[in-house]
Amino acid sequence: MAQFVKKDDDRDEEEYSPFLGIEKGSVLQEARVFNDPQLDSRRCSQVITKLLYLLNQGETFTKVEATEVFFAVTKLFQSKDIGLRRMVYLIIKELSPSSDEVIIVTSSLMKDMNSKTDVYRANAIRVLCRITDGTLLTQIERYLKQAIVDKNPVVASAALVSGIHLLQTNPEIVKRWSNEVQEAVQSRAALVQFHALALLHQIRQNDRLAVSKLVTSLTRGTVRSPLAQCLLIRYTSQVIRESSMNNQSGDRPFYDYLEGCLRHKAEMVIFEAARAITELNGVTSRELTPAITVLQLFLSSSKPVLRFAAVRTLNKVAMTHPMAVTNCNIDMESLISDQNRSIATLAITTLLKTGNESGVDRLMKQITNFMSDIADEFKIVVVDAIRSLCLKFPLKYRSLMNFLSNILREEGGFEYKKAIVDSIVILIRDIPDAKESGLLHLCEFIEDCEFTYLSTQILHFLGVEGPKTSDPSKYIRYIYNRVILENATVRASAVSTLAKFGAMVDSLKPRIFILLRRCLYDNDDEVRDRATLYLNTLGGDGSVVETDKDVKDFLFGSLDIPLVNLETSLKNYEPTEEQFDISSVPKEVKSQPLAEKKSAGKKPTALGAPPAAPTSTVDAYEKLLSSIPEFSTFGQLFKSSAPVELTEAETEYAVNVVKHIFDKHVVFQYNCTNTIPEQLLENVIVVVDASEAEEFAEVATKPLKALPYDTPGQTFVAFEKQEGVLAVGRFSNELKFIVKEVDPSTGEAEEDGVEDEYQLEDSEIVAADYMLKVGVSNFRNAWESLGPDFERIDEYGLGPRESLSEAVNAVINLLGMQPCEGTEVVAANSRSHSCLLSGVYIGNVKVLVRLSFGVDSSKEVAMKLAVRSEDESVSDAIHEIVAN
Amino acid sequence: MESCPSVKNILLLDSEGNRVAVKYYSDDWQTNSSKEAFEKSVFTKTQKTNARAEAEIAMFENNIVVYKFAQDLHFFVTGGDDENELIVATVLQGFFDAVGLLLRGNMDKKEALENLDLILLCLDEIVDGGIILETDANVIAGKVAAHSIDSGAPLSEQTISQALATAREHLTRSLLNLELASPASGFQVGFCSQREH
Repeated sequence: MAQFVKKDDDRDEEEYSPFLGIEKGSVLQEARVFNDPQLDSRRCSQVITKLLYLLNQGETFTKVEATEVFFAVTKLFQSKDIGLRRMVYLIIKELSPSSDEVIIVTSSLMKDMNSKTDVYRANAIRVLCRITDGTLLTQIERYLKQAIVDKNPVVASAALVSGIHLLQTNPEIVKRWSNEVQEAVQSRAALVQFHALALLHQIRQNDRLAVSKLVTSLTRGTVRSPLAQCLLIRYTSQVIRESSMNNQSGDRPFYDYLEGCLRHKAEMVIFEAARAITELNGVTSRELTPAITVLQLFLSSSKPVLRFAAVRTLNKVAMTHPMAVTNCNIDMESLISDQNRSIATLAITTLLKTGNESGVDRLMKQITNFMSDIADEFKIVVVDAIRSLCLKFPLKYRSLMNFLSNILREEGGFEYKKAIVDSIVILIRDIPDAKESGLLHLCEFIEDCEFTYLSTQILHFLGVEGPKTSDPSKYIRYIYNRVILENATVRASAVSTLAKFGAMVDSLKPRIFILLRRCLYDNDDEVRDRATLYLNTLGGDGSVVETDKDVKDFLFGSLDIPLVNLETSLKNYEPTEEQFDISSVPKEVKSQPLAEKKSAGKKPTALGAPPAAPTSTVDAYEKLLSSIPEFSTFGQLFKSSAPVELTEAETEYAVNVVKHIFDKHVVFQYNCTNTIPEQLLENVIVVVDASEAEEFAEVATKPLKALPYDTPGQTFVAFEKQEGVLAVGRFSNELKFIVKEVDPSTGEAEEDGVEDEYQLEDSEIVAADYMLKVGVSNFRNAWESLGPDFERIDEYGLGPRESLSEAVNAVINLLGMQPCEGTEVVAANSRSHSCLLSGVYIGNVKVLVRLSFGVDSSKEVAMKLAVRSEDESVSDAIHEIVAN
Repeated sequence: MESCPSVKNILLLDSEGNRVAVKYYSDDWQTNSSKEAFEKSVFTKTQKTNARAEAEIAMFENNIVVYKFAQDLHFFVTGGDDENELIVATVLQGFFDAVGLLLRGNMDKKEALENLDLILLCLDEIVDGGIILETDANVIAGKVAAHSIDSGAPLSEQTISQALATAREHLTRSLLNLELASPASGFQVGFCSQREH
């Protein structure tokens, strides 16, 4: 192909490329050779290569250009040159012609599909299936079915792989091929079996029984290619996940198969099986051991990929089963010096998770050497791991804090430094002993910190924590240095920090005032303003008085109003005689606080950093409720239910309810969403009829002022009930609001609205609402320790039931308790079952329940219920729940 | 996890990070600029590593990238976060060795560009829409090298360059020691040897 370019003498110095100086326009011109009556197939191939080169480099063809090339290319089907034909196949796939163009090549491709040349057949199938649509597919379906069982493996694979792709767009057609695919699964060609297995599984993926049968037959049969074996392992673990495991005998179905794969000759199969075992639900250490053993062997492999795969998997295992991984620690330690930095980082973070307290110092020494030559992103992962290690072994804070302060002094980017500072701040908060040394490290850091953001963060933190230490005065120097040396932003926050020391520590007051007075001459107005404000409020006119509480609250109290609301209120405020009243700012949070919390979650880091702890929804609810004055007197929130939908999906207004249970109150939180762009709802309330819930009395309603399109809002209704009474009932709900038309083009609502109402489904308070699902790790111990004093035992007939497991689930749901030790799963065909439940009843009373079920031949289920709790009346209450 | 083992892209870059041939199978990179950005970041971060004797591995944007270099050619195969690293490595090895066979051991950029058609066909034979078609380098190279004249083609269509090319391919094939390695190419090989002897 050297004739691609006429070598230019001037360019001899440059790197030689056959595509030097290639231009789209000229190549499109060259494509005219496709139309020659006498085809030069070599030359045509070269032109197609050039076109493909252009596309590959990211060049795009306009619609007209692509169509022209496509039509010219179709002429090339006349040539009998195999090489050219294959280039034609390639370019047709790249051009992805539109459906009206496809017709032009369909007949040529169909001819090739039935050609005697296998290369043609396989490729024509792949091209045709790539560009075809549903109508054409029915025409060629017959050939595809034949091709699947073709004796040539390349043809069969081509048809099967095309089937996998087509299943996404035309599932109903591909599903008709399952007989042929089934036959292909038995094929002796390794890859045909692999592709057939993939397709067959996708056809049947919604039929659990069929998948289970498939896995059962294949795990006993022969699977030829390692790829197919990997696939089968994946399907097997899916089946294991979905089938209830048989915990009584301790055997897991198909575990033997997975374990057998650990002795397969292909490394990819061994690894796939080992990984599948580590990811089994509730895997036991006995099951883990053989998998860990093969992974440990991989750790000392000469292949980096193998080491990486093994250490990455072990790293994940270490999060849940650190003890199981400790055996590999010696191999891990040698990986710290691995050439591949990803492997080294994974090894270190694994060691940090599995290490014991005595090994910490040695480990830190090794890591210190390693830290200097890895990239920032890896360093952040290590810092995170060290932080969790420190929280695990608080006694070791000294060496870990030293490590953090050392790396804080070294070079590093913002993200890395921020990770270190955050870690130190967390350690100071959680480990009281670490406070003083940690604060000093931070002080030293801000002496030479190039990041304004970090400086101000640390100064703020110093202001909060510093005054509470034994000798607050030693921090003053560091803070005042900032006022002298830094930019205006840092100076301003240093002034605030100084004022905090002044307010909190009376003995420092006179000295602080001197420093603050100096700041009055600062050349930045914000700094001067702050200094003036603090001097005046703290009484800096010379009289040393005790700072009163109001001043402290004013200066340093947290702002309990959402900033967004404050901002809107301030914007709406027109300067008049009347002063702006901060208490008029609504405290309710506009958008769903949960959604915000989620988005604030940590971004996943490149390496297997521990996932951020799931944000506690209860916390979010508690914060939300306590911010509403009407509900702030209800006391501690006991439980919040999961949202219950009160409307059908895709109705005009979507409403769900969350039930918040307090000792003496129940609050319904209605989350409403308006799905009509042309409407604005105002004064939204839910009118609740509690006539079927006599023990409840409505005490408060919190309407939602405005509910614009697609912005969820909440309205609340609170009920009072007697403390300690298990009050249940049914509530009927009706949404009431004023609806205003919105002009979709301007987004402005009309002045006048119409009152309207909207019927919602009923909500219910049931016994389970008073029960928190709290598991115990060792049921037997917990049971023994509660003692038989308040034990209540009784027997119940549950009547005829569909199955034993259905009866067990019904009782669990009725009580709303946490099943322990996997006892919620009933072995198939068993005649009896015991189930252990634990929970916390309202009033923080611990409750444990033992259920014994028996079923007779007529499906009558009998149950023995034994309850132990810390309170006699609660034990009785549980029985009452079941008795009703 | 129930999904079929798959790869997200295959990249062949030169020693400056420029494309020789690339193929994307995933929607993760919609535009050419996002593709180029990915290539650039992968190239810069792996540039200094020594991935010549054994394939190396790294993680990028929640993908695993397995790579191997030969002279001024950099080979990369990307798989999802959950993918079995060894499967991705097998695809890379298949691609790497097949290109080596097709370029008759001259693994450099110049040779690769001069035989770009073979490399593109090679990519086409390894993976179809993300699904692994074949990982055995001999079979892949065999399928690609199976250029030959259709049984129905008249002799007159053969030009001198074609004859040379056929000779070259014949050489390739003897190098590959194909000898009916796969029934697909077996037919072609059988026919050619008849014709040329």
